[in-house]
Amino acid sequence: MNKPNRWTRLLPTLGPGTVWLLVFTLVPTLLIFYTSFLQRDPHGWLSGPLTLENYRRFFGLGPDGIDPLYLEILGRSLLLGLVTTVATVVIGYPFAFFIAGSPRKNLLLLLVVLPFWTNFLIRVYAWIVIFQRKGVLNALLGHFGLDPLLLYPSWTAVYVGTIYTYLPFLILPLYASVEKIDWTLLEAAHDLGAGRLRGFWHAVFPQTLPGLIAGVLLVFIPAVGTFVISDLLGAGKAILVGNVIQQQFGASRDWAFGSAAAFVLMAVVLTGLWLYARWAGERSMEELV
Amino acid sequence: MTGRRWLTLHGVLVLLFLYLPIAVIVVLSFNESKYGVGWHGFTLKWYRQLLEHTRIHPYVWNSLIVATVSTFVSTVLGTLLALGLARYRFPWRGGLLFLLYIPVVIPDVVMGVSLLLFFAWVQQAAGALHLGLTTVILGHVSFQIAYVTLVVKSRLAGLDPSLDEAAADLGAAGWTRFWKVTFPLIAPGIAAAALLAFTLSLDDFVITFFTAGPGATTLPIYIFSSVKRGVTPEIHALSTLMILVTTLALIAVQRVQARR
Repeated sequence: MNKPNRWTRLLPTLGPGTVWLLVFTLVPTLLIFYTSFLQRDPHGWLSGPLTLENYRRFFGLGPDGIDPLYLEILGRSLLLGLVTTVATVVIGYPFAFFIAGSPRKNLLLLLVVLPFWTNFLIRVYAWIVIFQRKGVLNALLGHFGLDPLLLYPSWTAVYVGTIYTYLPFLILPLYASVEKIDWTLLEAAHDLGAGRLRGFWHAVFPQTLPGLIAGVLLVFIPAVGTFVISDLLGAGKAILVGNVIQQQFGASRDWAFGSAAAFVLMAVVLTGLWLYARWAGERSMEELV
Repeated sequence: MTGRRWLTLHGVLVLLFLYLPIAVIVVLSFNESKYGVGWHGFTLKWYRQLLEHTRIHPYVWNSLIVATVSTFVSTVLGTLLALGLARYRFPWRGGLLFLLYIPVVIPDVVMGVSLLLFFAWVQQAAGALHLGLTTVILGHVSFQIAYVTLVVKSRLAGLDPSLDEAAADLGAAGWTRFWKVTFPLIAPGIAAAALLAFTLSLDDFVITFFTAGPGATTLPIYIFSSVKRGVTPEIHALSTLMILVTTLALIAVQRVQARR
């Protein structure tokens, strides 16, 4: 294949999309990195010289010791991401087997997809209605003569809302793997004398890994970065990294510091992804993409 | 068989968990009371208000415009990308895949603020791209492209390459070969990708939140601000209608698939 011919083939297909991604994805991402070294000038715009001040502030390294405010917020975001991921796996894993083993598979699948297609903010808002002081939950508790719970606003509400929102993201890819399980492997394991647990662990669990890995990523990444759920169910009092970023680009208008926070969040997620990929093995990551 | 019974009990509890919030919204949409959750009698007045009050209509309209235009652009660009990625080997393939995965693997808040920053820089440097519907559409296409490409690419991967080769051997060149052979084969994949892109756009709040200027309020943006101020029952009615429409659409899709 000679050169000009090759370009006339590549350009019409790959050209437009590549240019789009370079301009609207790569350049903005690099801009975040660059801006994180700038400073806010008195007019609220950005100016040089380049400085590490934003990162110093984020990591709380001051002349008189460490101020862990933002590190604590980052830790809270990671905790929310991890707890949400574990909770959705614990809830979703048996559920995927429940769907796969049910005679009404299609109906159940439809029921999982449906909430997904209802506006995400409405579903989060519904939890406010349930948790608020005179809400559904307390009406129910009062009916049974129990004391009301003050769950809105609270971290509990934020956790429930996050787990609720991302549960279908775990169930759907996992189900795709569970549905394809070759059960004869389990029979073989039992014939070879493996008990129930060992049989499951060696013959069934590995077959669910591709879906589990995809699901975990689809839950962890948005949960770590959320600011909407914490804003609504925490009523502005539950602060995560996402909220810090949103505030800096909104009301506080310190885009340089906001960029540093955004870059730290991105770096944390990408590092987590890299570690996860090493743990999960290259092959299953390839299957995912 | 007790294992299966536990699994069923767990399944029922999960379904209750998934549907509790939705049931709450549906019930409230028929509740006479404007405030609180106490039941004050059945009414359809919120549905009537939804249709009569024109306040919400422009937001619905904006959402539809953004979703339609961005889906069209991202489906064309993403399909072309998938075709190129499936057909050709080239040195910067890895780099292109990396670019493609950026919107998938970085949190949407980071993508939102990076686009905001980008538009602000362009605005300062060139005086163009003021925040509005256009910037929202540009932002949506940027995350939709990745999903469209991945869906179409997986469809192409399941395709028998000999069909394309046979067409080439028979003398069908470039675009003819694409329209006559490849396109009909991957059309269902393209349709699925477009549907996914459309729903992602319609439901998107975060990217829109950062890239929308005044006059570019979409439905999710309006819902967010009304949740913060206090939701009106019209929103309950609108949500219930949306649930109804998606249920019917999904059932129709499943019926069609089952018949095949």
